[in-house]
Amino acid sequence: MSLWNRHKIFETNSIVLILGILVMIAIGGLVEIVPLYYLKSTIEKVDGVRPYSPLELAGRNIYVREGCYNCHSQMVRPLRDEVERYGHYSLAAESMYDRPFQWGSKRTGPDLARLGGKYSDEWHRAHLADPRSIVPGSIMPAYGWLAQTPLKADEIVQDMKVQKLLGVPYSDDMLVRAAADLRVQATTDDPEADALARRYPKAVIRDFDGDPTRITEADALIAYLQVLGTQVDFRLYDNKANVR
Amino acid sequence: MAHTVPTKQMTTSEMGLAIVAAVFALFALVVAAKAHTPEYAFHAAIFAIAAGASVFAIANRYFDRPAMLPPQEIDGRPNYNMGPVKFATLASLFWGIAGFTVGLVIALQLAWPALNLGLPWTSFGRLRPLHTSAVIFAFGGNVLLATSFYVVQRTSRVRLAGDLAPWFVVLGYNLFIVVAGTGYVLGITQGKEYAEPEWYADLFLTVVWVVYLLVFLATLMKRKEPHIYVANWFYLAFIVTIAVLHLGNNATVPVSVFSPKSYIVWAGVQDAMVQWWYGHNAVGFFLTAGFLAIMYYFIPKRANRPVYSYRLSIIHFWALIFLYIWAGPHHLHYTALPDWAQTLGMTFSVMLWMPSWGGMINGLMTLSGAWDKLRTDPVLRMMVVSVAFYGMSTFEGPLMSVKAVNSLSHYTDWTIGHVHSGALGWVGYVSFGAIYCLVPWLWNRREMYSLRLVNWHFWISTLGIVLYISAMWVSGILQGLMWRAYTALGFLEYSFIETVEAMHPFYVIRALGGLLFLAGALIMVVNVWRTIAGAGEAASEPAAIPALVPAE
Repeated sequence: MSLWNRHKIFETNSIVLILGILVMIAIGGLVEIVPLYYLKSTIEKVDGVRPYSPLELAGRNIYVREGCYNCHSQMVRPLRDEVERYGHYSLAAESMYDRPFQWGSKRTGPDLARLGGKYSDEWHRAHLADPRSIVPGSIMPAYGWLAQTPLKADEIVQDMKVQKLLGVPYSDDMLVRAAADLRVQATTDDPEADALARRYPKAVIRDFDGDPTRITEADALIAYLQVLGTQVDFRLYDNKANVR
Repeated sequence: MAHTVPTKQMTTSEMGLAIVAAVFALFALVVAAKAHTPEYAFHAAIFAIAAGASVFAIANRYFDRPAMLPPQEIDGRPNYNMGPVKFATLASLFWGIAGFTVGLVIALQLAWPALNLGLPWTSFGRLRPLHTSAVIFAFGGNVLLATSFYVVQRTSRVRLAGDLAPWFVVLGYNLFIVVAGTGYVLGITQGKEYAEPEWYADLFLTVVWVVYLLVFLATLMKRKEPHIYVANWFYLAFIVTIAVLHLGNNATVPVSVFSPKSYIVWAGVQDAMVQWWYGHNAVGFFLTAGFLAIMYYFIPKRANRPVYSYRLSIIHFWALIFLYIWAGPHHLHYTALPDWAQTLGMTFSVMLWMPSWGGMINGLMTLSGAWDKLRTDPVLRMMVVSVAFYGMSTFEGPLMSVKAVNSLSHYTDWTIGHVHSGALGWVGYVSFGAIYCLVPWLWNRREMYSLRLVNWHFWISTLGIVLYISAMWVSGILQGLMWRAYTALGFLEYSFIETVEAMHPFYVIRALGGLLFLAGALIMVVNVWRTIAGAGEAASEPAAIPALVPAE
């Protein structure tokens, strides 16, 4: 059989073999990834999704650092029970500024995509410090150190600049005021709060960790948890508008 | 003709690598001094120490070695370079025990959360990546390094290419593991599953990996055999594809040279697609192609039979690498990833069943005419059972990639059970089999110290695997069904926490399974240690055992 003999070229020439491998593995990846960048239907057009405020971004980095994604998803699937349990199914647009994405792959704990506004700050504080004091059957680790550790976010402007470089629409104004915004958002009744809310609509602005004297990692993490899934107003969202 | 004694000189590579390492050590010291966080300073210091140590090691080797480098051949036979193979074999044992132990710890944490200890460094979220990386990349990676460097030499009948390069690959790879693992515990992570190491560790791994590819390729190129053996096709596909995946999924911009933090260039839905293109093919090319290469060398060798079908191996190879790369989106069913991509992922995952079973058949049927050895040789039995597990999990995988099934299984322990039937049964057992073959070959022993201990290892860990995967099947399907259960009045029947509480007994059983698997691996370590120490060699040598005739 002559066709089988043709395979000899791969078996006798390592460079040809490598080229063959590269061609074979390139096709699937290219077909699945590249169109996501030019098909306009990939990310819905929707109002409300904005970049993270400095405090939320710092909180998100803590979420990533602690590996929360190992047990919590941030992706409500359009299935009846999930929509009833968690809320409106997740849109691609809602994570368009997420680097890295945190959709997760396991729900040892519940989905967090629509966590924002569901519980009070006090609930989060107590739950993070000792999950079983709030939910007796919980198997979540205690994160007591978050409220004890001052937030180290002197670099947050650098972080935002890198994100801007990658295409996140942070304005120059946002960058200039980053350090101040971070402080303002973790303060209750700060005079600058309105200006912050104009830059970051729907930002939750108050002292999150119950300790007004300092900004801790708990401030940042709770600020992030409280904004999750709240940016899009689903009373106004028209899913037909995105059918093309 | 008088032999002129060559004058001893440093080779270009000795000189070059020593200079590069010295410069890098200084650079790492500067970074350590100016690092933004103490954790990052610690890593920079590790790099500085490692680079300094390699300068010393290169110089020390130079003073100790004869003028001539080891010859390519001795008396017309290839002078194989087995030092790096031995190192990687022992490293795989070390990391295996470490990775299985961390796995047991986090399994116990899920059953009894107080074991998180309330400390950052011991919480589940940080230890789980430590477990996955330790077993996949540290244990599995060292097995692949050891076997690939062994197989490519033996099947090409030449000495491994390079002088320092093979050592750079095995030592550099293990340094990467140390940096990655300590990073997770200290909170340095990219937050992408199975790709958690941050940008500087990724860059270093890229250098190591390119050298690995070059060593492997250069060895193939100077081979004395006309054909490249099938195991080497799979090793090559594994090395090349992992390089592509690693670069694609770790394309990040660091915040600063002095900061461990970076941001990925992909965002949201595209990042999800790139992540699972990477993630699923880490399974497809690291945990499958690489270990299939082991199957294609070690099973024929141990059974003393040729590979069942040459043509099947050709089809197996090309179909497997072509189809695997498409399967990623099945990790994103019903998410915000566009439907067309999900459908492609599902379709190709189902098709993937065929080459997977083609490979399984090729491995199993290699035993034609040697099936009796399953009774007498526990090492061969271990490898054959591994191929059977491969067949089971590559059937289960396509099943779970079907959207309707996935809507139930996704986010539950069923996935964990599926992964472990592949990881413990397939990857674990084929690795143990390869180690049991390699150790006597590398240290010139007739056989392992004790085949009875291999037998004990086999049965204890098989019991562990069965407990593990059946517990996860039950807990996964149970939790999936509880999440979607409705009362007669049309309300969700269970709160989330009720479904968590229902998992407790299965988490205890799973931990017991993990404990048994770890116990089996510890038996292996004892056995390997006794073998290398040479125990039982002299005693069993002279006694003339009457030849047994298989009952046929």
